[in-house]
Amino acid sequence: MSSSGLVDLLGFGPGGWGAPLLKAALTTTALSIAGFFAGAVLGGLAASARLAGGPLSAAIAYGYSTLFRGVPDLLTIYLLYFGGSAGLTVVGQWFGAQGFVGLPAFATGVVALAVISGAYQAEVYRGAYLAVHRGELDAARAFGMSRSTMLRRIVVPQVLRYALPGLGNVWQLVLKDSALVSVIGLVELMRQAQVGAGSTREPFAFYCTAAVLYLMIALLTGALFRHAERRSLRGIRIV
Amino acid sequence: MDFAFLADVGERLLSGVPLTLELAGTSLGLGLVIALILAPMLHSGRPVLVWPIRGFVAAFRGTPLLVQIFLIYYGLGQFRPFFQEIGLWSVFRAPYWCAILALTLNTSAYATEIIRGGLQSVADGQIEAARACGMSRWLAYRRITLPIALRQALPSYGNEIILMIKGTSLASVITLAEVTGIAGQIISQTYRAIEVFACAGAIYLVMNFVVTRLVAWLEHRLSPHLRAAPDLVRSIPV
Repeated sequence: MSSSGLVDLLGFGPGGWGAPLLKAALTTTALSIAGFFAGAVLGGLAASARLAGGPLSAAIAYGYSTLFRGVPDLLTIYLLYFGGSAGLTVVGQWFGAQGFVGLPAFATGVVALAVISGAYQAEVYRGAYLAVHRGELDAARAFGMSRSTMLRRIVVPQVLRYALPGLGNVWQLVLKDSALVSVIGLVELMRQAQVGAGSTREPFAFYCTAAVLYLMIALLTGALFRHAERRSLRGIRIV
Repeated sequence: MDFAFLADVGERLLSGVPLTLELAGTSLGLGLVIALILAPMLHSGRPVLVWPIRGFVAAFRGTPLLVQIFLIYYGLGQFRPFFQEIGLWSVFRAPYWCAILALTLNTSAYATEIIRGGLQSVADGQIEAARACGMSRWLAYRRITLPIALRQALPSYGNEIILMIKGTSLASVITLAEVTGIAGQIISQTYRAIEVFACAGAIYLVMNFVVTRLVAWLEHRLSPHLRAAPDLVRSIPV
C-alpha cells in the first residue's frame, strides 16, 4: 500500500479511520480511569480489612487479592460478563424479558478492571501503610487525635505518598488490561482496530496504529505519575 | 452444588494444562535467552546498542499483549506472499507459532529490564576485586557479575513467570484451546460462569503456587551466604 493510501486510511478525511480510532482511544482512557479508581476503593477496603479487620474479613481480603492476582484477567472478564449476564437474564425473565440479557459492556469492563486492579492495589496500599513510621502514629495519638483525624491527617497522605510508585505500575497494568474488554464487545481502541482491520483488510496498519496509541497513552500518563511522585516528595529532604 | 458438572468441567480444563505449560515454558525459555543477550548490551551503555534495545523494551512493555498477538497473527498475515517466498508462511499461518512468537518477544522485553536491574545492582567493588585478582573482563563477568546479577533478579523474574502463565490465556483469542480457551467455550455454552471460573481459577492458582515455591526454594539455595551460620556447637550431638 502506498503511503498516501495509508494517510487516507488512517487520516481524518471522508472514509478515514482517524476519528473513530481517536474516539476509541478516549473510550479506552475513560474505561481505564474508571476501572482504576473503582479499583482503588476495592483495594483500599481489602487493605484495611487485612490490616485492621477481624480474622474473617482479613481472610476474605487475602483470598480476594491472591485469587485475582493469580488468575488470568481474561478469565475474570468472562466470569463477570457471563456470570453477571446469566444473573441479569434470570431477573429479566421475572419481568417478562425473553432470552439472553447482556450486561452493558462499559459497566462490565469497569467492574472487571476494578476487581482486577483492586487485588493489586490492595497489596500496594498494605505495603505503603506498613512503611509509615510507627513513631508518627504514636505521636498523633499522643497529641490526642481521634482515629478518624489520625487517618485523615497522618495515615492517608503518607500511604498515598508511599503507594504512588506502585500505583503507577498498577495503572499501566489497567491500561493494558483494558484491551481485554474488547472480547465482550465494547468498542474501545482494540475493538475499533479489529473493526477497521476487518472492513479494510489492512490489519497490519490498524494494529500498529492501536499499538502506537496505547504507547502514547502509557507514556503521557506515565509522565503524569512521575510528576505526581516528584510533587509528593517535595517536603522530603533528600540526603 | 453440582459435583458431576464440576468434575466434567475439571477434566476438560485439565486437558488444556499441557498446552498452557508448553506455551509458557517455550516462550519463557526463548525469552530468557534473548534477554541474556540484550541485557548486557543494554547495560554496556553504548548508544548504538542502548537506543534500539530501549525502543524494543518500551514498545513491548507499553502495549497490550493482545495487540501484540493480533499484530503478529493477523497483521503479518497481510504479507503472505512475502512469507511464502522466504518459506516461513507455515510458521506465520499457525496460531501456535504466532502465540509463541508474541509471548517470547513480550517476555524477553520484561526479562531484559529485570536482568539489567540485576546487573546494575552488582557492587563495583566486587568487580574491581575480581579484576584485581587477575581475572580477565570476560572471566570476571562470567564468574562474578552474571551469577550475582541473576541471583539478584530472581524474585522479579519469579513474578514474570507468573505473568507469563497468565499471559498464555490470551492465546485463546487466536483459537488455541488452552485452559482459558476451554473455560471460555464451556462458559459461553452453559452460562455457568461461577463453577467454570472456580475450576479454572483453581488450576491457575496451583500452577502459580508451584512456581512461587520453586522460585522461593531456588532463592534459598542461592543465598546461603546471606543467612546466619548454623550453630555448630548445638548441632553436635552430645
